[in-house]
This record gives sequence, C-alpha cells and structure tokens, in this order.
Amino acid sequence: MAEAIEQKELVRKDYVSDVEVRWCVGCGDYGILKSFTVAMAKLQLPKEKVCIVSGIGCSSRFPYYVDTYGFHSVHGRAPAVATGIKLTQPDLSVWVITGDGDALSIGGNHFIHMLRRNPDINMILFNNQIYGLTKGQASPTSPIGKITKSTPFGLIDGPMHPLPMALTAGATFVARVPDTDGAMITDILMQAHKHKGVAFVEILQNCNIFNDGAWFPIAKKANRAENSIVLKHGEPMTFGADNTKGFRLNGMNIEVVDMEKDGVDISELLVHDAQSQDATLAFKLANLAHPEFPYPVGVFRQVEAPVYESGVRKQEHEVAEKFGNADVEKMLHSGETWQVEA
Amino acid sequence: MQKEVSADKAPDKSSPIDEDRRSNAPEELDITTIRFAGDSGDGMQLLGTRFANTSAVFGKDVMTLAEYPAEIRAPAGTIAGVSGFQLSMGPQDIYTAGDMVDVLVVMNPAALKSNLEHVKEDGILIVNEDTFTAKNLKKVGYDENPLENHALAGYRVFPVGISRLTALALEPLGVEREQVNKSKNLFALGLICWLFNMPLDNTLNWLKTKFGKKPDVIKANTEALIAGNKYGDSNQLFATSYVIKKREKQKQPGTYRYLNGNSALSMGLITAANRADLHLFLGSYPITPASDILHELSRHKEFPVTTFQAEDEIAAIGAAIGASFSGSLAVTSTSGPGMALKTEFIGLAVSIELPLVIINVQRGGPSTGLPTKMEQSDLFQALWSRPGECPLIILAANSPKDCFDTAIEACRLTLKYMTPVIILSDGYIANGSEAWRIPSMDDLPEMKNEFYTNAKKFHPYQRDSKTLARPWAIPGTPGLEHRVGGLEKEDITGGVDQSADNHAKMVHFRAEKVARVVADIPPLEIEGDKDADLLVVGWGSSYGAITRAVMNATDDNVSVASVHLRHLSPLPQDLGDILKRYKNVLIVENNLGQLWTLLRSIYLVDAKLLSKVNGVPFKISEIESKIHEMVKG
Repeated sequence: MAEAIEQKELVRKDYVSDVEVRWCVGCGDYGILKSFTVAMAKLQLPKEKVCIVSGIGCSSRFPYYVDTYGFHSVHGRAPAVATGIKLTQPDLSVWVITGDGDALSIGGNHFIHMLRRNPDINMILFNNQIYGLTKGQASPTSPIGKITKSTPFGLIDGPMHPLPMALTAGATFVARVPDTDGAMITDILMQAHKHKGVAFVEILQNCNIFNDGAWFPIAKKANRAENSIVLKHGEPMTFGADNTKGFRLNGMNIEVVDMEKDGVDISELLVHDAQSQDATLAFKLANLAHPEFPYPVGVFRQVEAPVYESGVRKQEHEVAEKFGNADVEKMLHSGETWQVEA
Repeated sequence: MQKEVSADKAPDKSSPIDEDRRSNAPEELDITTIRFAGDSGDGMQLLGTRFANTSAVFGKDVMTLAEYPAEIRAPAGTIAGVSGFQLSMGPQDIYTAGDMVDVLVVMNPAALKSNLEHVKEDGILIVNEDTFTAKNLKKVGYDENPLENHALAGYRVFPVGISRLTALALEPLGVEREQVNKSKNLFALGLICWLFNMPLDNTLNWLKTKFGKKPDVIKANTEALIAGNKYGDSNQLFATSYVIKKREKQKQPGTYRYLNGNSALSMGLITAANRADLHLFLGSYPITPASDILHELSRHKEFPVTTFQAEDEIAAIGAAIGASFSGSLAVTSTSGPGMALKTEFIGLAVSIELPLVIINVQRGGPSTGLPTKMEQSDLFQALWSRPGECPLIILAANSPKDCFDTAIEACRLTLKYMTPVIILSDGYIANGSEAWRIPSMDDLPEMKNEFYTNAKKFHPYQRDSKTLARPWAIPGTPGLEHRVGGLEKEDITGGVDQSADNHAKMVHFRAEKVARVVADIPPLEIEGDKDADLLVVGWGSSYGAITRAVMNATDDNVSVASVHLRHLSPLPQDLGDILKRYKNVLIVENNLGQLWTLLRSIYLVDAKLLSKVNGVPFKISEIESKIHEMVKG
C-alpha cells in the first residue's frame, strides 16, 4: 500500500470526479448526487475507503461521477458485486446505487438476498416508477393503468412496493426520502453509513423526461407538509403545515386524525419506534399509500443484528484457531498418505 | 501381459468349488477392474471409494469412475436407482477406470440387470442373494430368478447372503435394523478385501475418524467389515483369492495420496492463493457435479478461504468479480447450466480485465441434461457463448490429479495476464480418483503478485508492454480511486469511451492479450511413435483412454502418436505444425466434434472424428479399434 496521503479536511468538491455528468437537465439524480457528496464530506470518509457499485440504468451511472472507487456492473447484480467487495475488504464503505427496474425487476433476487444477509452495505434505490435509460417502459413500481411505451393501453400488473419488500427480507435499516429534500437525503445517507448492517434507502426520484411529476403530490416542497409524514424515532407521528394532524391506531389499523377538529390529544398519537425488533409497525407504515394517507418518509426501521462480513471473518479466525493457521503442506498431506521409497 | 483394456476373459480359470483352494497361494493378477453396484441407498460410492483407497495405500495404481443417478433415492430396487462405482487397479500406471469388468459386486437384481453388460465373459459375480425376492425380481422385469436358471451360465457366480449375514454378525450388538442395512456395504468391503488380499487396517482407522462421536456406528461397521472378511476366509465358496502383481517399474519416489478431481482442483486453488499471498474467494451455487469444490474449500477457511454460497449462479460470479476487484484471488465453480447463467458476468470480467478463475465441471447437456454423467460438450460454450468479441483463456484438466496442476496454471495465468481463465473439468475426473504424488513446494511455479500502488503514474488501462495486463489497483489504495465497468473504456485512462477507433483498439487489445498467452505454453509432448502416420488428438478427461490405447496399439506394432491439449485458448503455438506433420489426424472427444470443428477451421486439416455422447467416458478398446481401423486404411 502507498503511504497515506497527508490528511487534510475533505470538502464536497473533493468527492466530485472530473467526469461530465450526463443525466438529462432537470433530472432528480442531480440533487441526489449533490446530497451524497455533501454526506461524504460531512462524514470525512477517506476517498480510497469508499466504493460505489451500481447495476444498469440512469441511476447506475452514479459511480462515474464520484471520485472514489467505483464499479458500474451488470443489470440488477450490483448487490452481488458489492457483497464480494465487502467480504474481501470489510472496512470499505460500500454503496450500491440502483433503480426500480435494476433492483426490483432484473435484480429482485439479489436485492432480497443482500438484505437478508445483512452486510454493512448501503443501498440507495432511485425509484422513478419508469424505465428511463431504455426510454420509457413500465417498471415494477409503475402503478396499474399507467400508460407507457410498453403499455400503450395501460399497465395491467400491479406494482411492487420496495419498503415492505425490504422489511420482509429482513433489512435492518429502512428509510425513504423524496429527491426534493436535499438536507433530508444527506441526513439519511449519513445515518445509513453509521448503521452497522445493511441500509436500504428508497429515494422518490423524478424522471422529468418519461415520468415527470410522478412523485410531485408528495415530493414537491409545497405539498410535503400535507402529503407526507416525516417519521422520527421516539416522537409522535404528526404532519400538516402546523403539525396538527397525526396517525392514531384504531384496532389493527392506522387512521389519520386532526387533533384540533377531532379533539385528539397528542398523547393518543402513534409514537414512532424504529428500533423495535418487531417490524410490524414499520411494515404497516411502509404499506400506507398516498392519497389515502400522507406518504411516510424518514427512517422506518433501524435495528441491530449480526453483520454478515463480521460473521464470516470471525468464523475464518475461529477455524484458524481451532485447526491451526494456513499450512499448504499440511493440507496436501492430510488424510491417508503412503511412501514410495527410492 | 494383460492390457488395460483386457477385453478378453477374466484371469482366473479355477473352479469355484475347488476343494484344495486354501492350499493354493493367491493367484497373481495384472490389471483388474471391479465394479460395485446397488441401490442409491446401499452405500456403493462409499464401498468403492474405501476399496480404491485401500488399494492405493497398498501400493496399487488405481483409477475410479463414479456412476450414480441424478435422483437421490429413486424407488428402492428399481433400475433408475442403481448407483455404481468402478475401479481399475494394477501393477503399472493405470490411466482409466477400465473397460470391461472382472469382478462385479451387486446388491440387488436391478444392479445385476443394469450392469451385467459390463462384465467380461467368465467374470466373477458376487451377488447379495437375499435381495433376489420375487417382488424385487418383478420390479426389474426378471420372470425367473437369474441365480436359479441358466441366465448367468457364462459367469462365475457367488451368491452371498450379504443382508442376512450382516444381520447375524450385528445381532449380538442389538443394533437397529436401519444400522444393519447401513452396514452391509462394509460386509461386502470386508469380503472383497479378503478376495484381493487387502488389509482392513486403513478402513478400521477411517471408521474411527469418520464416526468418532458415534461408537455404536463404529462398532457395527467394524463387526460387519470383519464378518465379511472372515466369511471369505472360512467359507468354501471361493476357489482362490487374488493378489495384484508387484509393480515392474517403480513409481516415482515420494509421498502419495489418493484424491478425486474436485479435491485436486480445490487444493490447487488454495495452494496457488497461498503462494501468491492472496485471500482465496469462492463464489458458488450448488450444482452437480461441481458442488464438492464448494464443500472442500468451505472446509479450509483457515488459509483464509472465503466461500460464498450465493443465491444463484449469477450472484456467485458477481461476488467473485467484486472480490477480485478488491484484491482476492477469486474463483467461481459450476457446471454447464450455471455457466450459461454466468455468461453476462464473464463478459464483464473480460471487459474490466481482472483476474478470475471460472470452473466448469462439465456434464451431459443441453439444459439440465445428464447431471451426474460426464460429457465434454461445453468447449464451444467456453469459447463463444458471450456477446461481442470476448476472448479468454481456457484450460482443460485431463485427469483427477491433473486438476491440481490445472488449477495452479489457471491462477498463474489469470494473475499474470489480468483476464479470466475458464477451467474445463468433467463429471468423470471430478468424481474419479487416483493416486497422486504430492508435489514439493519447490516443484510449483512462482506465483508472485503485487498490487499497484504508485499514485503518481497511475492509469487504470495502461498495459504491461509484454503481457498487455493492466495494473491491479484495489480499493483502499490512496490516490488510485478509479471506476471500472462494462461500458467500453478509453485506452490507458479507462474512462468511458464509445468512439469508433478506440473500440476497435480495445477489441484488438483484448484479443492480443489472450493470444500472447502462447508464450507461456510449453511445447506439446507427443506420445507414442512420433514418426507415425496417425496422430490422435484429445483434450480433457479422454487423456487416460487415449494414452492407454496408443500404448496398446504400439505394443501390437501399430504405429501411432498422440498429443493432448491442456490449453484450448489460446491453442499452443506448435499445434499447427504438428497436425500438418501427420498424414492422418484423429480427434477423440465426448461431444459431436467441437475440437474437431475448431482444428479443421483453424488449421485446415482433414481430421477425422471419434465421437461419443452417451454420458460415459471412452473405453480404451473403442479408441484402440478406431486406431487399428485407420492404420489399416
């Protein structure tokens, strides 16, 4: 290894590569890229210790634009590549950048299995509900009835919901954030980095060419207060311009209440518990749809669990301790051997 | 001297009811082929492996062939459920598991019915007569009991109540019936060890190691083994016992062990990684007949070896590529259908120019095909299955023990040239075993590796002028931050570049890099009569049968030469000249002519083809008679 380059404080620009960004003008990806590099600078991560892995799609060009180690792999399989990287160098900060088609369609299998293994990898899913790079076909998150190039008479098959999927797969950190809230993206990415174990972050991202405005009712700054609800661990679930509305549990179901109109005290509201081992609440919140409910954003779940690569390394050390360290000659001569004398 | 093919009669002519047999010294045999067959649950693979191991430890040269069904436990007593294990042993170098069988041990009527065709005229049949019930006979379509009519008149038949005698021997132990059933293969082993004058010691030791925590199982198996052995000794059934002759030519001095191809591959990979001072990483998904590589490497985590059992074949290679990117010596192991799934990632590995070893333990195809049977039909797949111009290095292992050297060679080349290497093995040598002289570390090639660290001069796609390899700069190295990916890269910088001239340049670089590997291929060794008119060419596991066939033909004063290819991409530099030196060229392979097509198209030689695609390896006799036919013209 080369000697460490003299430590100096890294600023956001240090994480920006010299590659010209080629996303469409107005694409939601720009804001995410910026928030990501802000998070890097805030975390002061040494550039050589960061590795960004992507699949295929618009979002997957992301690694080229960040001046760290990067790997633009094949469609849907970034989790596999990232897992191999993490198993070889557990101390790297590994990020998977993916999209709704990449992660949930062609890469559905790898998505599930990376989450269930719980490596300390952060996965950011740019969900724009459309195939952008192939110019506008329905994606696995497109809503029923959606008219696209591949569904000119409307989409028939129902969508997949990434957060309930992630929770079911056993993800230990699950969050959602709109692409319009740069500060919140930075904050959540920093939390994802600090979380030990797999972190899954869905970003509601606007494709202004093929699916413009898909998230506007939720993500537009003017709509956020009324149409989204920010989950904060340990705090009552409130929303609205004056935070006067909230979620209350009614039997097994979540209901929206207006504290003033309905005469409900804040103590009756649901209090968010992201750290509960029981993922039921997170799952219920992840299944709430707009416009019936304000769309929950923030951290749904954050729990401790054994980290995959730590377990792998630990086992390797235990085996070495039990059976002795690497000795090729011993291995080759193990079992029954016999001599042929000269 | 008896030839390894030994297509004629079995050696012993004495009557099975010779009263004076014990006064006879054991009869000496040359190369002898034995086959064990029974239900999948009868433990035939274990029985065969233990006997082969004993023979090897006892100084005999041995080669084995495992034949088992794709079903784990097909209905008991049916033909579909028959599992077989064949071995050939002798006082000279053994190259195959033998053609026709001298001694067949069968545990039920299905095994008899499906294996009788392999037995020589006058060969010995040892039959577990207890299973020849009306019900079992009917299951396989025997109208009458072949032990009671004249169906087996051409053989020397020894009915033994293996089930009954095992139960009797274990009666004092009061063990469960299930254990009696499980121990009857040990009874058969004891009996066959007596017949061939092999000691029981190493099996007794093995039982202790294998079942260390289960003293009851050790006891039951030990009793069954000894009972079988005593049965041979005290019973008047056999006219004589046998010994394999002493070796005429001493084997190369050294320490030997017995191993199969998958173990040899695994140990080769560990050895290579250790010598290169690299972490070994295996990404794999279970698939027959390659899974044992995953199992074997998973037992050696201390090196350290990281084994990653992925969610599918694609993730297995994807993780391996990630591991390679970050500095492991990365390997993925599979069989043909898995190779098909890995194809896209193999293309990526070629494009990003990182070291990667891809093992294909071939089986019969297409599709799921014959999971437990061998074939050599994935050569074209290895060469050309990927989109684009996508050359890589391809090596083929030619025997179980050669898998070790092939693994080392694959690791050496992938590290030197920074491009993936495919190893082609197959189900025959993967599960087949033979004796192997353990090499000393000094015999093995240098495996130096240094990661690139010079931040001042770094360009991700700046090539070594000799090998065209690009630098291996791994994450964690300050100042070398760079991006790789499947999009076409700009020469030297490695940035994305899809311009016309650059693409053409990169296509040529990738091809040229693989072409330059010829500098690492030693001259081909021609066996047999170099001045013959006929040259036999093979690759992979047909090596043994071809070599022995050429030796046999030479003994018959037929002039023939052979050459065997380990390097299939690129092909050895001297191959073209060699092919052109011979009037006739015969290519022998277990497919419909893949190497044949390749060599004809590259070298414009009018080679002939001997093809076999029935899921079993070539017999020596098949190649031998083709040689005779071609020489006679």
